[in-house]
Amino acid sequence: MPNTQQPISDQKQVKLSEIFLVFLRIGAFSFGGGLTGWVYREVVQERRWLAEQEFLSGMAVSQILPGANVTNLSIYIGQKLRGTIGAFAALIGLLLVPFFLVIGFLLVYENVSQVSWVGLATDGVAAAAVGLLMLTTWRTGTQSGRSAPGAIVIVATFVAVGLLQLPLLPSVLCIAPLSIAAAWKRGKNDAN
Amino acid sequence: MRTEILVKLVVVFVPFSLAAIGGTPSIFASIHHQAVEVQGWVTAREFVELFAVARGAPGPGSMLVTLIGWKAAGFLGALVATLALYLPSSLLTLAFAKVWGRYSGRAWHSAVQHGLAPVGTGLMAAGIFAIFKTAGAGPLSWTVAVGSALLLGLLPRLHPLLLLLAGAVVFVAANSVAALWG
Repeated sequence: MPNTQQPISDQKQVKLSEIFLVFLRIGAFSFGGGLTGWVYREVVQERRWLAEQEFLSGMAVSQILPGANVTNLSIYIGQKLRGTIGAFAALIGLLLVPFFLVIGFLLVYENVSQVSWVGLATDGVAAAAVGLLMLTTWRTGTQSGRSAPGAIVIVATFVAVGLLQLPLLPSVLCIAPLSIAAAWKRGKNDAN
Repeated sequence: MRTEILVKLVVVFVPFSLAAIGGTPSIFASIHHQAVEVQGWVTAREFVELFAVARGAPGPGSMLVTLIGWKAAGFLGALVATLALYLPSSLLTLAFAKVWGRYSGRAWHSAVQHGLAPVGTGLMAAGIFAIFKTAGAGPLSWTVAVGSALLLGLLPRLHPLLLLLAGAVVFVAANSVAALWG
């Protein structure tokens, strides 16, 4: 198990081309929406560009702020690594291939609309991507849910937003302050 | 005429970018209203098709907007609509991330980060549910997802691309078998 607590980006600067290429790859294969798991794998696990906590809090922020969650997350990570230009390297990398592919898919769809196995294959890819997301959820959960308040917050967020389908913003605005207060208290106790 | 449409695309999609609180699914209904009823860029039927194509292709599902731009004004329309939807929210996130990063190392900064981490995990778990719900996923999707998670958990060096490919093969194969028998 790699150490995901200490980010490598504190020691050395990540190359812009590397940021661009990583997000290009993520974007090109991001079928079906479950690509947060892949971003986590590439950015935290494999390259240790970000500490796990930075990634998770960035994810929460990306969902709270307006806009597509994954573009916000890319901007957040890119900016963390290389400032404004890093943010745009990540964003452009993420959207470049999908931009052309989505138009290409439309042209194919309009001309040969009955290619049933293409839809099936896409569903299969999406399901596997969700599997990656499940594993990531499990891994980060064992870290961020190690304390009792952390575990309660994970379950509360999942139940509110996932099961009950309550609106995301009010739910997070209720849960997050309590979670932050608990973390603040914990930090104080650790310091003493 | 074309310039007029391009300007319209910007005027319509820029506010949506900043209104998409909690993610773009929250603005799909308004996009539908504007694109179909107000601007007449696409018909209601076309909108549903574009939605399905955007979900099937890689990239955020909100690239539906790219396709609306394409329908309204060709390649330039696609480009302008894409920028209009993603740029404003991206600039806002960038500004936030910059200010946020400046306070790195403070006690409250680290408390916020520690506090938000489990919220992030919870949202990820909720996301699994949401993705499968919109996709109308059946037992096969759940089986492939759980199988992939277990496989990758046991073999961490396995490349995710192989996993995605395997998912596609399993789906096509399972359906062919079902078709042969049924």
